[in-house]
Amino acid sequence: MLKRIAQGLVAIVGALLIVFVAQRLSGDPVALMLPMDAGEEDFAAMRSALGLDKPLPLQFAIFLGNALQGDFGQSYQWNAPAMQLILERLPATLELAMAGLVFALLLAVPLGVLSAVHRGGAIDRAGKIFAMLGQAVPGFWIGLLLILFIAVELQWLPAFGRGDLSHLLLPAIALGWYPVAAMTRTLRSSMLDILESDYIRMERAIGLPERAIVWRYALRNAMAPLATMIGVYFANMLGGAFVIEVVFAWPGVGRTVVEAVFARDFPVVQAGVVLSAVVFVAVNLLVDLSYGFIDPRIRHD
Amino acid sequence: MTETTLPRPLLGRLLRGAASRIRGGEGGFPWLAASVLATVLACALFGPWIAPHEAGAISLADAMTPPAWEEGGSSEFLLGTDNLGRDILSRIIAGARVSAVVALYAIVISGLIGAVLGMAAGYFGGVVDALISRLIDIQMSVPSIPLAMLFAAVLPPGEAMVIFIIVLSYWTWYARIVRGEVLSLRERDFIALAKIAGVATPIIFIRHLAPNLLNILLVLATLQFGSVIVFEAGLSFLGLGIQPPQVSWGGMLADGRNFIEVAWWLITIPGIAIMAACLASNLVGDWLRDTFDPVRRQI
Repeated sequence: MLKRIAQGLVAIVGALLIVFVAQRLSGDPVALMLPMDAGEEDFAAMRSALGLDKPLPLQFAIFLGNALQGDFGQSYQWNAPAMQLILERLPATLELAMAGLVFALLLAVPLGVLSAVHRGGAIDRAGKIFAMLGQAVPGFWIGLLLILFIAVELQWLPAFGRGDLSHLLLPAIALGWYPVAAMTRTLRSSMLDILESDYIRMERAIGLPERAIVWRYALRNAMAPLATMIGVYFANMLGGAFVIEVVFAWPGVGRTVVEAVFARDFPVVQAGVVLSAVVFVAVNLLVDLSYGFIDPRIRHD
Repeated sequence: MTETTLPRPLLGRLLRGAASRIRGGEGGFPWLAASVLATVLACALFGPWIAPHEAGAISLADAMTPPAWEEGGSSEFLLGTDNLGRDILSRIIAGARVSAVVALYAIVISGLIGAVLGMAAGYFGGVVDALISRLIDIQMSVPSIPLAMLFAAVLPPGEAMVIFIIVLSYWTWYARIVRGEVLSLRERDFIALAKIAGVATPIIFIRHLAPNLLNILLVLATLQFGSVIVFEAGLSFLGLGIQPPQVSWGGMLADGRNFIEVAWWLITIPGIAIMAACLASNLVGDWLRDTFDPVRRQI
């Protein structure tokens, strides 16, 4: 377990290294800060004030130290620390990702169970076609279609912004769309395995109603592989939310970062990228650690 | 498949028919998917000669013409026009070229980098493997869309940047699978014998390892073609990918979004193009995998 945590930390430091490299790729910041007629000494003074005259490994160490304190500098657009701006938007993004996950599960669990029970039947076939389409249709286009049909044509739900539940519905569908196919297939195959196991046959022999066997006893055990996927997909949704937030003008981390890219507000971009990497690593770590709770047979040593 | 002997409800049979027609039956060659893919590639190669209009030709008098089958449509613009009167069909064809070119470059470069690093990690093991595997872990711990934002903020936009960003997030995929493959290949006799015979390491890589990896690389590349097209479309949709006046399907969606209330065809048609291209390459990739590599259906 300690090894797994150490790997997570290495990954985060690696992510910070990538951010640092990207920062250096952005060119000499001093040239942007000083007036055109600044002399050579002004440049040197500015560089040493910013610590740019130090060797690169030392610069990275300083960057790392600041990053660990959550300090990514001030936003150029807004007079506020970059990380603070990002953290303020985090709840909106988490809310959207959670809603997307709930949507995906609401669709995937019944679909997965029914296609296992009626194997080869209509629902199973429909599920296969759905899975093929699911992989090929980008979520942001689903979002645009939802806006076109549900918000513009039918005027059932609002298309933009964040507010009550009605605002959450369309972006959640667009974001939750992608994992449905994979979740359905995973649940289907684990349900098939379990429905053929001895204890289910036993329960049938006792004469328990089929509905209770499927939905209570089999489903509970078939959820384990799905549960491990949930964390991974949740982490991916945080990344996917970047595009979906732009489609629906959702005031979250993703939209803030995209706007910062256009405004060349690099500190905010940095803070957003680092935060999403940290959340991604943390969620994956939690998933790994929770294996033991979901299925005690695979306890970590 | 034992399930085929069971009597099936009619709807199930119909859906099965639809699925197999798209997929080309059980194990059969997916003709429909392959012809869609061939069409995309033909548009990429011969686009300027096929397209009825120039992709960038503005004609304000024809602005917002709906597709030909709609009321007010014109046979001159089969799929309608946008707010500047540019022909959608011609722009879809031009977009195919950009998508295909970006995807091909990105796949070849990330495949080469991934294959070389994966081969090195699997063949040498030890420190080399540890370093490369850690690099893969790090790369995979940064979600690809935020990573794309990061580089979009610092690099000049355009095709080269899009290719760079895609390579950055896709090479790990090849590296991991090639590494696993080489781990088992290197235990085989022909590699051991080549080593004993004193064959130089680069020759072992090129003559003995690479040919055994070609199938799996081809399958991966085809399966990724669609995913790369979707990724590029997402970037271009955000305005961070292909820049106008170059035409991209994602960029067309972004433009069409502003007119979503008046012109449905501006956001449906480019999306259908993305979906068709991606679906087609996934299905052809599935077929290649089942044909060349029936053992591992995991990828």
